[in-house]
Amino acid sequence: MKGHWAGIRTIAKRELAAYFESPVAYVFLVIFLLLAGFFTFTFGGFFERGEASLAAFFNWLPWLFLFLVPAAGMRLWSEERRLGTIELLLTMPVAAWQAIVGKFLASWLFLIVALALTFPMIITVNWLGDPDNGVIVSGYVGAALLAGAYLAISCMTSALTRNQVIAFILAVVLCLLLILVGFAPLTDLLARWASPWVVESVTKFSVLTYYDGFQKGVLDSRGLLYFFSIMAYALFVTGVVIRNQRTG
Amino acid sequence: MIRVENLSRSFGPKLAVDGVSFEVGRGEVLGFLGPNGAGKSTTMRMITGFIPPSAGSVSVCGLDVQDHPIEVKRRIGYLPEAAPSYTDMSVLSFLKFSAEMRGLEGESRRSAIRRVVELCHLESVLGQTIDTLSKGFRHRTCLAQALIHDPEVLILDEPTDGLDPNQKHEVRALIRQMGENKAIIFSTHILEEVEAACTRAIIIDRGRVVANGTPRELMARSPTGKLEDFFRSITRSDTVAEGTA
Repeated sequence: MKGHWAGIRTIAKRELAAYFESPVAYVFLVIFLLLAGFFTFTFGGFFERGEASLAAFFNWLPWLFLFLVPAAGMRLWSEERRLGTIELLLTMPVAAWQAIVGKFLASWLFLIVALALTFPMIITVNWLGDPDNGVIVSGYVGAALLAGAYLAISCMTSALTRNQVIAFILAVVLCLLLILVGFAPLTDLLARWASPWVVESVTKFSVLTYYDGFQKGVLDSRGLLYFFSIMAYALFVTGVVIRNQRTG
Repeated sequence: MIRVENLSRSFGPKLAVDGVSFEVGRGEVLGFLGPNGAGKSTTMRMITGFIPPSAGSVSVCGLDVQDHPIEVKRRIGYLPEAAPSYTDMSVLSFLKFSAEMRGLEGESRRSAIRRVVELCHLESVLGQTIDTLSKGFRHRTCLAQALIHDPEVLILDEPTDGLDPNQKHEVRALIRQMGENKAIIFSTHILEEVEAACTRAIIIDRGRVVANGTPRELMARSPTGKLEDFFRSITRSDTVAEGTA
């Protein structure tokens, strides 16, 4: 088992370094923090809410991640294929799944770092009022899981093509789908003509349903199961795609 | 050390490699010749385990590539066609990564890097981003990656492609020298290289082995005594192959 982890760690380390050796990481972090702040204080109505919470920040996060996470994940495999380095990587003594997991973990860690850099908001809200910090922690856990789910989907679309633009667009569309099936304006529309159990079973597939649970401060095992299932499934499909490309 | 038996590979309806068999022992340098699209790269990719064969088998050091992929990969150093590398990395961090992937750490990693940097003459560009290097340096960086774990088996896909005459000469000398105690397969379009560096050569055409022998034997089969004329007489260029095949 130690051997497995050594391979994963080496690949993850290189991947993480790749973010910071190119401008990608810095551009991403700056844009993410700017937009997160902007959404929180304008559309989110951070001050107008009159409550000590980060709801204004968390409410907008699924939409912000919708574009930024695929942007961070689109190069994972398409870049390997474009450069031809996939041939190097997969002829080194590691299994394909180790490479997939290593790359995924590195990018996920990067996104978690980005999330962690929003800590001034926690300080601000604690300074201005007396928020429930348990809810904030569970909110961040939900946000990290959401980022992981989007990222795994981006990983999968990235394996499908050597073109990063296509990988990006496919990932955005798939993630959007996962939002929309639980997006209130749309589910309300559905509720007008479909029976309640249809609406309910559709919304069970939405990231919002489970994400909102975490925002309410509930560390729900069903939520954990949901997000980890998406990650496992998308990474599994990534493995199948990569194997099929070699099998031809 | 390398045993290829009845190896075949098809892509859709196209048979890229068709029943190829050969063996390479320790101390042998096998030149792999053939027109573009003859199946050289595909054969090499199957030996390294990058793509699985449609039929037939490959074993390296007595281990079947399909059954023991990781064990086999440990024993092979591979320079893919066009010498890819992570272009955002510096030469040194790329080599560190390659060494770590091969399980080298600490002092053994440092000495491995020192050895390949010297072999491939990379001292002057160690800190540079691979992106900014000339083709010759990029090529040698990827070659260094293939040598870093001092493998018993080397698979080199066009190792002298894109190098200037001096660099070509050096790489050939390096291959000849390493061939003394390794098993090496390298593909090339330059027929003089076969005479200069190989102990044996195989010519493949449209997926099949059409000649297998020492450079001297192959030249003897040519009416003019030149390898080039022999090559031309037994292979077809891809422009006529499709129509007449």
